Amino acid sequence: MSTAAEHLHHDEHHDHKPSGIKRWLYTTNHKDIGTLYLWFAFIMFLIGGAMAMVIRAELFQPGLQLVDPNFFNQMTTVHGLIMVFGAVMPAFTGLANWMVPLMIGAPDMALPRMNNWSFWILPFAFLILLSSLFLEGGGPNFGWTFYAPLSTTYSNDSTALFVFSVHIMGASSIMGAINVIVTIFNMRAPGMTWMKMPLFVWTWLITAFLLIAVMPVLAGAVTMVLTDKFFGTSFFNAAGGGDPVLFQHIFWFFGHPEVYIMILPAFGIISQIVPTFSRKPLFGYASMVYATASIALLSFIVWAHHMFTTGMPVAAELFFMFATMLISVPTGVKVFNWVATMWRGAISFEIPMLFALAFIVLFTIGGFSGLMLAITPVDFQYHDTYFVVAHFHYVLVTGAVFSIMAAVYYWLPKWCGKMYDLTLAKWHFWCSLISVNVLFFPMHFVGLAGMPRRIPDYSLQFADFNKWVSIGGFAFGLSQLIFLALLIKACRKQGEAATDQVWEGAEGLEWEIPSPAPYHTFETPPVVK
Amino acid sequence: MNTPAPNNGKLVIKLVAVVLGMFGFGFALVPLYDVFCDVTGINGKTNPYAATYQVQDIDTSRTITVEFITRTNTGMPWEFKARSRQVQVHPGELKTVEFYVRNPTGKDIVGQAIPSVSPGTAALYLNKTECFCFNQQPLPAGEEALMPMQFYVDPQLPEDIEIFTLSYTFYDVTETASTVAMNRG
Repeated sequence: MSTAAEHLHHDEHHDHKPSGIKRWLYTTNHKDIGTLYLWFAFIMFLIGGAMAMVIRAELFQPGLQLVDPNFFNQMTTVHGLIMVFGAVMPAFTGLANWMVPLMIGAPDMALPRMNNWSFWILPFAFLILLSSLFLEGGGPNFGWTFYAPLSTTYSNDSTALFVFSVHIMGASSIMGAINVIVTIFNMRAPGMTWMKMPLFVWTWLITAFLLIAVMPVLAGAVTMVLTDKFFGTSFFNAAGGGDPVLFQHIFWFFGHPEVYIMILPAFGIISQIVPTFSRKPLFGYASMVYATASIALLSFIVWAHHMFTTGMPVAAELFFMFATMLISVPTGVKVFNWVATMWRGAISFEIPMLFALAFIVLFTIGGFSGLMLAITPVDFQYHDTYFVVAHFHYVLVTGAVFSIMAAVYYWLPKWCGKMYDLTLAKWHFWCSLISVNVLFFPMHFVGLAGMPRRIPDYSLQFADFNKWVSIGGFAFGLSQLIFLALLIKACRKQGEAATDQVWEGAEGLEWEIPSPAPYHTFETPPVVK
Repeated sequence: MNTPAPNNGKLVIKLVAVVLGMFGFGFALVPLYDVFCDVTGINGKTNPYAATYQVQDIDTSRTITVEFITRTNTGMPWEFKARSRQVQVHPGELKTVEFYVRNPTGKDIVGQAIPSVSPGTAALYLNKTECFCFNQQPLPAGEEALMPMQFYVDPQLPEDIEIFTLSYTFYDVTETASTVAMNRG
């Protein structure tokens, strides 16, 4: 398949790669676009992280210290939006762009021009969102979940910018997902049958189906907010015959599959890394595939567990409680399979494996607190407290974000051709691991004790734990600067040359091409036996 | 390449159809939600249309307490009270209650009352033959009014419900009074 790099008729190096800014603006090469996505996600991670630092600085002591409550609300809102739509999702899309074609033996993504488009609209989406913070009255302040009527009756005019930026993010994700599906369906190398596909490819395929199923529903929800606010419709306005609770149903119909969109590719990454460093094939490959698919299907029938306190009838609460608990079965299958993969393996603790092990332990903690939240009667106590904040940060930071870091440490030598600075990597891992637990673990306690989320002030009895949480937060934030330094060094191609296989136990098509991966790979498809 | 390009086109069209379908489904959730709630009564909305009362056996063995809550939405200046905070009815018995409203401001206001029943399932068995909430209620500056509401409780009301609460919230709909449908309840 010809890439557009060949259509550009200037600056042709031996690798057919235009130079300068145009290489990146016009690129249709999956590796370039993957790199763009990953750097974009990392920059967004730092911006969203800076907002978390503002939140933690304000919460360092009780009382209002640094920012006014409206700005605090904007920080919690935009932090959430940026981390979900700007950091985690683009990072996974970037990994898919880089790795899916290499893992299935395809020369590029199936729709390279759309690929360029789906990346390059993203910076504009976040420019719009971030610029709204500087408008009079400020940016969105209604939480990333933008519940009506907070986002309709009580929001300011910058809500329009919020809505359009979410539309663009959604369009970008949908295009990315379509591209992944078409690539995996149509471009697998001969012999790469469905049940031979690496698990990262499988989990991304299922994630892509979730994306095209629920991102349009999110687009619908923000559109309804837009028309309710500016055009006099009454989707969520009780006076006009609408219902604010309907908003929550529509939002969480999107929102719950969304959380699996952010964790299924992580499962795929861990399923690649654990066998490599255990020097054993993955235990229970087929059950991993079926477990992923079951989690995806179940994710559509559990959304109202976010809404137990809205006054649902008991029958509905029971249904959503048991359906939610059912998800722990396929998730348990995965965790046990990873443990069984390591069982009697020749394990070595390279950096990706350290992150993968931290993922398995800490994600499971997040999974257990999720199980606690699923229990309807106790959810009435936990609802909207810091216990929820602790739960979803364990699954998203020590879950999704740690898996992304594990993936970067796993594949970075393949991308750059050089082994990264192992000293920096170890510092990054241990600083992150310790600080992230100082940051999020005490949140369980203040949450159980009744500290509400999204409030810039708190009662005095929460002061000590919050001080620790803030210290952990600053330490975790600073630890990511070690990662930044490591990545800059890696991009400058410093360090020892990596072998083609990079890791002793690594298996798969991506380890059969040279390191660094050439600009064009698998122009003649490999034969998979 | 191992696959010809047209294959991609077909698959993309199918996937785009899924995307458009799901966008439509997001909006379809709005009427679906209303229908689902009408059937199951789970969100406590009462029927927005008048029921016709047929003389039926009054189940004097049961007495149901119906409590009334009156609220006005933020920015709605009306005074709004139930004449009686609660009434006792037998299932099947027709009952009339009155609500008092006063517009203390110097301008004419149109209000719309939105009912809600708790527990939600009771809403299915609450039949109103006459209600001020069926229509928008204009109230000139400084005036007051008594608004009637006539209802009966369906004898099919589940045994475990002995008491339920009917809440009315008045919204100021002066600005949109001409455009909003006049028959919401």
